[in-house]
Amino acid sequence: MSASSGVARRLSKQRWLDDVYNAATKKHAERKSRFSTLSDEVIEPLYTADDLEGFDPDRDLGFPGEFPYTRGVQPSMYRGRLWTMRQFAGFGSAEDTNERFHYLLKHGVDGLSVAFDMPTLMGRDSDDPLSRGEVGREGVAVDTLRDMEILFNRIPLDRVTTSMTINGPASIVWAMYIAAAEKRGIPLDRLGGTIQNDALKEYIAQREWIVPVKPAMGLVVDTFRYGSREVPRWNTISISGYHIREAGATALQELAFTLIDGLEYVKWGVAAGLDVNDFVPHLSFFFDVHNDFFEEIAKFRAARRIWAREIERRYHPTNERALLMRTHAQTAGVSLTAQQPYNNVVRVTLQALAAVLGGTQSLHTNSLDETYALPTEEAVTLALRTQQVIAHESGVADTIDPLAGSYYLESLTERMERGFDRYLGEIEKMGGMVEAVDRGFPQREITEASFHFQQQVEEGEKIVVGINKYATSEQTTIPTLAIDTEVERKQIARLAETRKTRDRGRWNESIDALRHAAKRGDELMPRFVECARANASVGEQVLVLKEVFGEYHDPGYF
Amino acid sequence: MKRPIRVVVAKAGLDGHDRGAKVVARALRDAGMEVIYTGVHQTPEQVVETALQEDADAIGLSLLSGAHNYIFPRVSELMKEKGLDDVLLFGGGIIPEADWPALARVGVEKVFPPGASLEEITTYVREAVPRKRGAAA
Repeated sequence: MSASSGVARRLSKQRWLDDVYNAATKKHAERKSRFSTLSDEVIEPLYTADDLEGFDPDRDLGFPGEFPYTRGVQPSMYRGRLWTMRQFAGFGSAEDTNERFHYLLKHGVDGLSVAFDMPTLMGRDSDDPLSRGEVGREGVAVDTLRDMEILFNRIPLDRVTTSMTINGPASIVWAMYIAAAEKRGIPLDRLGGTIQNDALKEYIAQREWIVPVKPAMGLVVDTFRYGSREVPRWNTISISGYHIREAGATALQELAFTLIDGLEYVKWGVAAGLDVNDFVPHLSFFFDVHNDFFEEIAKFRAARRIWAREIERRYHPTNERALLMRTHAQTAGVSLTAQQPYNNVVRVTLQALAAVLGGTQSLHTNSLDETYALPTEEAVTLALRTQQVIAHESGVADTIDPLAGSYYLESLTERMERGFDRYLGEIEKMGGMVEAVDRGFPQREITEASFHFQQQVEEGEKIVVGINKYATSEQTTIPTLAIDTEVERKQIARLAETRKTRDRGRWNESIDALRHAAKRGDELMPRFVECARANASVGEQVLVLKEVFGEYHDPGYF
Repeated sequence: MKRPIRVVVAKAGLDGHDRGAKVVARALRDAGMEVIYTGVHQTPEQVVETALQEDADAIGLSLLSGAHNYIFPRVSELMKEKGLDDVLLFGGGIIPEADWPALARVGVEKVFPPGASLEEITTYVREAVPRKRGAAA
């Protein structure tokens, strides 16, 4: 672009604004005095080449499968292979969830994704006093290896990939999966999947912590080491923006905090002596996909470009895979409404479309009934069908990154990157994300944003269909899933049975070895695997960690 | 001078979903009330103890994990044990409407579903607290 043509273009947008647009809007006012994205970034009436000053397509977009990966991490993207349709499931007993897994596989999901119940997520056994009323409610209860074996009964662990959404006790639960596979004679290098294992975002947003931040980071690095050595097809972390967003963050905050978390994990891994080329390719990401269509697409594209640039700038890896920001996406639970629940199907469709146009590697679509309870089988099937219609009927998967070059989208993508740079500067000044979390910085930013959004809804600046506009008094009743209260009793009985029948000597030895290793700072994953084999429970192992590393308490920022 | 209404906004149980609780806490504070937010992972005992220590007029319990049928009645029971008869108990979160009547019977005076406005919640607390005090007196 020559300097003179740039000036001419700028003049042409300004000319249009002055002569045509301003005149017209003076006569007929626009719908709002201020237009902004869901994250409240101002939107101009029109985007032209003038808005892309300094944008260089060769440098900033490149080509699919090439640096900086803005257009996608794989050379052929969905023309080669569609994204993985992965529906998150887990409720009640291990038997119930196993049945749902078989149902999902029969209906065309390609990957399993386990939802654990609150006690398991918090590292507490089903018979812990704090687990009362929570067993099997929000997910499946896993106390010992026995539950893990039932959960994956007749599932081919060497062919299906499994994602496990668990963080504080991630290594303990992953070790149970490994022990279950081992008992079935499946070699560890055939196992594929992901553990969420993202400690930082627990303190930032999700609040399922067990020990303080620094020892939690140590546990994460321990899984990086073990994973790259023993389970090479496993993603040992899914660095998650999802919960950050659901807690009320803006799209930019979600992007920035997640990628800065990622950079913090890399820093800790390198400091522990791991090779960037070995462990960074095993880091994967997980983003929310919310209602603002273009803002969401821009977020995914910007995330790939930023990650590639930051890792290249800092570490110059020889393994190109270390530069790839591979991600899972899930539609925004927080966008669903209890009122007029069928509207949720439409929201999920738009969000799923944005995730696909953003180039995600896998996707979970929420069910219409999730503001009430865990989804019914019918609701889950509809959510899966939504993805299948997008994949096979809409045509959007047939060419790569079809929205590239849109003035608006590229401008939003650039804006995301600049916003990231500002947050990175601020957090680096504090000494990195661990320090920032200690000071409550991301926590406070999110709290502010979520309150601001709620005020906009209250004032009608942001419209939620069926809530602050087009609300009706009639009630739509939809079928919901009820969890049998017997689940808790049966689960506690099974745990008691395991405790009574397990080899006491082996259990003692495995727990002692874990305590010893934790105190000395030795590698813990092999110890967790041995604890799993000895039928030690999640809660028993977590107690050892709390004893050695201490506990974390909510500072309660609001 | 009448002192401002004091509200304990509490997250009991293992549930970590605190967005709603924090937004409500903030709105009540902005409406001139004194708000004590407990943070997540409190036991019912801790919640009631906080209300007692803080001389609270109301307890707002937030729960999205499905454990409300255990936790809400337990809080209510402990409130009675501690003599907090004039303290208003209300709640919000993912709580199916089918469960509301049973919760009302054990003393949860109001449940706010997802989508309830801050205005609605603030107005409710402002009106229900004096009513509760009057009824208990």
